[in-house]
Order: sequence, then structure tokens, then C-alpha cells
Amino acid sequence: MSGYPPEMQESIRRVEATRARRLKETFPAMSMDERDEILHKFHPDYKEETFRAIRVGVSKGQKMPIELADVVEGRPHIDPDFDLSDPIAETDVLVIGGGGAGASAALLAQEHGAKVILVTKLRFGDANTMMAQGGIQAADRPEDSPAIHYLDVMGGGHFTNVPELVEALVMDAPFVIKWLEDLGVMFDKEPDGTMVERHGGGTSRKRMHSARDYSGAEIMRTLRDEVRNREDDIIVIEFSPAVELVLDDEGRVAGAVVMNLETGVYGFIKAKAVVLATGGGGRLHYQGFPTTNHYGATADGVVLAYRVGARLGYLESMQYHPTGAAFPEQIVGLLVTEKVRGLGAQPVNRHGEQFVYPLEPRDVEAAAFIRECVERGNGIVTPTGQVGVWLDSPMIDIIHGPGTIERNLPAMVRQFRRFGIDITKEPILVYPTLHYQNGGVRLKADSSCDVPGLFIAGEVSGGVHGHNRLMGNSLLEITVFGRRAGRSAAEFAHKIKPGKPTLAHLERWNRELEEAGVDTGVVSPILLPDYTRHE
Amino acid sequence: MTTARTSEGEELIPVYIMGKCYMVPPSLTIMKAMEWAGYKLIRGVGCRGGFCGACATAYRIQGDPKLYFGLACQTVVQPGMYLAQLPFFPARRASYDIAQLEPTPTTLFSLYPELLRCLGCGTCTKACPQEIDVRAYMAAGMRGDIAKVADLSFDCIMCGLCAARCPAEEAQYNIAILARRLYGRYLAPRSRHLQERLEEIRAGKFDEAIAELKSLSVEELKARYEARDIEPA
Repeated sequence: MSGYPPEMQESIRRVEATRARRLKETFPAMSMDERDEILHKFHPDYKEETFRAIRVGVSKGQKMPIELADVVEGRPHIDPDFDLSDPIAETDVLVIGGGGAGASAALLAQEHGAKVILVTKLRFGDANTMMAQGGIQAADRPEDSPAIHYLDVMGGGHFTNVPELVEALVMDAPFVIKWLEDLGVMFDKEPDGTMVERHGGGTSRKRMHSARDYSGAEIMRTLRDEVRNREDDIIVIEFSPAVELVLDDEGRVAGAVVMNLETGVYGFIKAKAVVLATGGGGRLHYQGFPTTNHYGATADGVVLAYRVGARLGYLESMQYHPTGAAFPEQIVGLLVTEKVRGLGAQPVNRHGEQFVYPLEPRDVEAAAFIRECVERGNGIVTPTGQVGVWLDSPMIDIIHGPGTIERNLPAMVRQFRRFGIDITKEPILVYPTLHYQNGGVRLKADSSCDVPGLFIAGEVSGGVHGHNRLMGNSLLEITVFGRRAGRSAAEFAHKIKPGKPTLAHLERWNRELEEAGVDTGVVSPILLPDYTRHE
Repeated sequence: MTTARTSEGEELIPVYIMGKCYMVPPSLTIMKAMEWAGYKLIRGVGCRGGFCGACATAYRIQGDPKLYFGLACQTVVQPGMYLAQLPFFPARRASYDIAQLEPTPTTLFSLYPELLRCLGCGTCTKACPQEIDVRAYMAAGMRGDIAKVADLSFDCIMCGLCAARCPAEEAQYNIAILARRLYGRYLAPRSRHLQERLEEIRAGKFDEAIAELKSLSVEELKARYEARDIEPA
């Protein structure tokens, strides 16, 4: 029995009717001009009224989503006179964030001789890394090269990426794959050891390495396991998000105040260097979009770094993943991996017709879905009023042979089977969902930023991806820059003599808010979204 | 007695959160129902997408003797559900240096001697929200078949329900990740093209090409980008 209601099944029959013809034809890719036009007309980043400029701080005047600006301009949890004289712990390197970037940083800092404390908001590993399905890019086939990868990254990012960061990303990539493999990550391989690699949106070579469709989970659980093996040097403290960075009297980052999420008690962790790896902000639900992000993705790192004077960038662009689940209602917004299209599934409208090249860069693909539904009225409407287009997943088994979907997309098969939908036989209804923060704290190639002693890695940073990240470059970014941040932080910690810790920057921050007449009514970082009912 | 409904007219159903009754809409997942009931969750919530294992839940249905298991973010509520979250369950974890291990048939039970105590009862398999045949991979582990454990356990999200239910006090998921790491590092076939690429990068083979791309203006870079050939799917 199908989990789809009868009116949706009617449209599925039209999808089935055109499938044989569509297997022989692919909708043509857009030119750069066509891409530009569709983005301006339909991408959420171009809805001017949903953005505003921030009014305080070193990046004053910079535009970002209103929901993010409210949080960035928020008031601190603690007062400037919070007692720093009695730290709850002391270490060389404090890593804030327990996702893939934080775990990578902790490992490399330890390898470079540092004692490490890793604090994380929820459990270690409760992070977007865990949810990444599709894969990780690295140019390691003879047909490919880091230079081709470089060009793909720049083009996908609209050529606004910071070249030095892209260089680091693509040149480190094969080394990161090797590092992960040595840690025991099980990449998909042919029997002779050749990596199974596929296309992602905007790639000109097949360079997507995967671990079935648990790519991020496989990387995260392996990194986490390795951190736990080094318990003599790396202490992990869960349910303890950072609420403020602490400086020393020479303006270097000297630790952080964390909050025990369960008791509400604040404590100062003193450190010689800090790695900020807090991820993105999907749970701020820009423009009311659902999100693929984990529960703790509330843009904390952007808030923390900004208050100590780190410049921000690229936050006027957010990534909407084209294929968020649009049905059933219980999983709306959750990720349907791009690997589904990488394996050959086409997006089609309610008439069963293609309307876009399946593997445009994500922003372009998402804009095309929105156009198909909003302007052309060719979307499929669910019983709860959610609109979407079909992703014709059954094509995959026809192209690559029966069993391909079960083997390559076990997480997706399970996700939908729980709600009575068999994606090997029926298409998936999808619509763009808030996925990724392209921008963040301005990053340098050694993972440092404007503030001495502060190192940055992963989604919290800005510059690597320009204004649009390609699939598979996020798992890559967290490992490349997580490793760089860990190493840089350890080296920094070895050579400095810390000064006296202070929160004087909060006095300045509060004064600036007051002078600018800014009161968003928000205490930030907000730490968790509030989904309780208020009726 | 009047029937309680949501503002959309959906008829509410009773669920019991740790024994206390709440009326909630029947279309919600357990997690969303708890939030609808007023819980601001800290424990028992993570990715909300079925990947992190934070929201393991045990439940019974009123009048039904059977014990059920699921992920709160992936399971829809039913009338008369008695819910207990299991956000954390203690389990032994061996500490090891992966670089010093050897993938021999005895490696798993040298680090986890309790593996040999497995009764093969299959309670773990029944408890697994990922539908993994935990019993089968434990049996493979007892035989020393690391590759089989790695393959069968691959979809594990380490939620801990297997360990919580095990009468032999095993920590199945910790044994499984050890097996996967041993497989990934030692048993999976090596990738020759990866090794060759590392050597090429170390030898500086791509330095010039990257330096040239970095020196191009945006216009020149755009032209290169548009002209690049796309490898067929």
C-alpha cells in the first residue's frame, strides 16, 4: 500500500508514464546568464525585505537575514563583571563545538602537543556533520586535478570565494581522505580499491567519495571514537555550550564562559587558544523555511566571534538545499541527499516532465524548483498544503540495476519506509529547505581570524565557498580547516604567555548597543530554538 | 464528554510521557508531540533527522504486553502510548590505539572479552530502531569475522538501545565501531589512485596550475569555467 494519498498517486502515474522517454533525455544545463536570471527572480537570498544591515560592531552595515541580525545584535548572557578569578578548568586549547570540525581540531591540536578541552552544546557528535549524507569531494582520480576542483568551487561560489582558502581546500582534500581512511572510515570502493566517485551539483569531474548515504555519520562517529581514545589529552564536556569568549588584557582570546545546559550554571574555562567550530544557524528558520539542520544550529559562533571583534562575511547568502522532504508532513524539511540526483534521479513536475538540469549548483537548482511551483504552478500540493516537485528515484535502479538504491541509499530508503513510502518504486516529493550558512566569521588559510588566539573551522566560517557551497565541500571543509585550526591553535598556545582574562569587551558591546539604540530583545547566543506550543 | 481538538480540527489523542497523560495531535512524531505538550527538550534530542541516535525511546501501548522501540524523531504517536526516553545508557568502551592494532580474528574479543558471553537471544535485534540484525553481527564477531561485523553494523547510529536491552551486558555498538574502523584502516582494499595523487601533490605537480588560476581576473576565470568540459555521468 502506498503512503501517498490518491491525488498524489495520480500525479505519480504521470511520472511513471514519461519515465521511459526521460531515461533517454536530460534537460539541458543553464548558461551563466540564465543562472543569474533565475537566481535574482526566485532564490530566497534575493528577497530584499527579509534582510537588514547590522547596526553595531566591526562589520556594521553588513546585510544578513533579519533573524540572524537580531541574534548577532543580542545582549550577552552574562555581565561584564562576571567572576573570572576561579576557572572551572584550564587547558592549552579549548575547542568549542563537537561536530566534525571540532573533533578534527581536537585531534590535530593533541597531535601537536596540546592539552585539549572540547565543549559541546548537546552530545559529542550531535551536529550537522552527522547528518551529511552525500559525500566528500577530493580530486584524486587521474581524470581530475586539484586545479579542476578549484575551478568548480569558484564557479559554484559565483567567483567571490577567497582564493587562498579554495587552494587550501582542494590541495588538502586528497590528504584528508587518506587521513580519514587511516582512522578507519569505510569509503565506498570497488574490489580493487578504486574509490567509487560520483558527480554532485556543479562538479565537472566525478569526485564525490561516499560511505553509502551515511557519509557524514561514518566520518563523525570515527572522529568521535578517535577523540575518545585520546582521553588522557582531550577532555570532552557535553551539554556545555559557550555563551561568551573571554579575552586577555592584550586582546587575545583567553578562553570562554560556558553554560551547563542542564543546571544553568556558568563557568569560565581558561585556555591559551580557542577553536570555534560551532556550525551554522539553520534553526533560526530564515524566511520561515524548514531546515535540514540539527537542533543546536543557532549561529552561536557568529555571535561569539563578533563580540570580540572578528569581522563577518558572506552572510547575505544562505544555502537552500533543493531537495528537502516535502512529504510526509512529519519529516518536512529533512534532507534528501543530492546523491539521489547524482545517481540519476531527475526532478520532474506534476505532469511528469523535466524542467531543470538535475545537477545545477544548489542555489540554481533550488531557484528552479521554486519557479516551477510558484510561478508556473506545476508543483504537487500535499494534503497539508505543502508544495513540491518529484524526484524520480526509481530511475536509479533502472539505470544502474536493481538493488542499487537499497545499497547506496539505505538511510533514505529507511527514512521513507518508516512512513509507508518505497522510494525504489515511488518518487520522492521535495522542496528547497534551509541547509547551510555559506558565510560567517572571516577565515584565513591557517584557520585564524582577525582576533589573535581565535581559530575558526567549518560552517561558522566564511570565505571558502563564496556565495554558494557545492555538495561534498562541507565534509571537506570541516576536516581541512578543522585540522588546520587544531594545529594552528596548538602552535599558538605553545608560544604565548597569557595575560589577565577580562570581559571588558562586553562593556564596550553593551555601550555600543545603547548608543546605537539597538535592543532586539534577544539574549544571545540563543542556544536552542523553542518549539514548545504557545497557545 | 467533548473531544479535544487542535485549532485545525484535528482530534487529540492521549499519550503518557513518563507516566503522565498529555493530549496531543495524532499526526506528530513523538518528539514533536512532547514539544507540543510543552517540553523544551535538552536530552533525547539531536539531529531530529534519524541520524544521531540521541532520541532512543522505549514504549508500550495501553493493553498491549509488547515492548516497542523507536527514535522519537521518526516515530508517529499512537493513542495510549507510554513513553520512556533513553537519551543515555552506560556502556563499556575499550580504549585503543588504532595504529597499533592488528585485524586478526581475536582482536575484537581481546578488547571486548564480554563479546564471548553473547547468548544469541536476539533481544538486541528486536530493539534496534535501524533494523540492524545485531545478533548476526555479534555472532560474526564471535567468529572473528571483522568484515562481516563492519558490513552488517554499518547503519548503526549508536543510540544504545541494544546495550540497554542486552541480558549479557554487552556494548554491541562499541564493538561494531571497532570492527568498522579495523575494516576501514586494514581490510578494505587500498586505493592506488589516491596514493599516486598524494605523491603528485607532494612533488608540486599542481602548484603552477593553481597559482595561475589564482592570478586570473574574475572575467578570465568565468571564461575558463564556462569552457570546462564536464565528465559524462
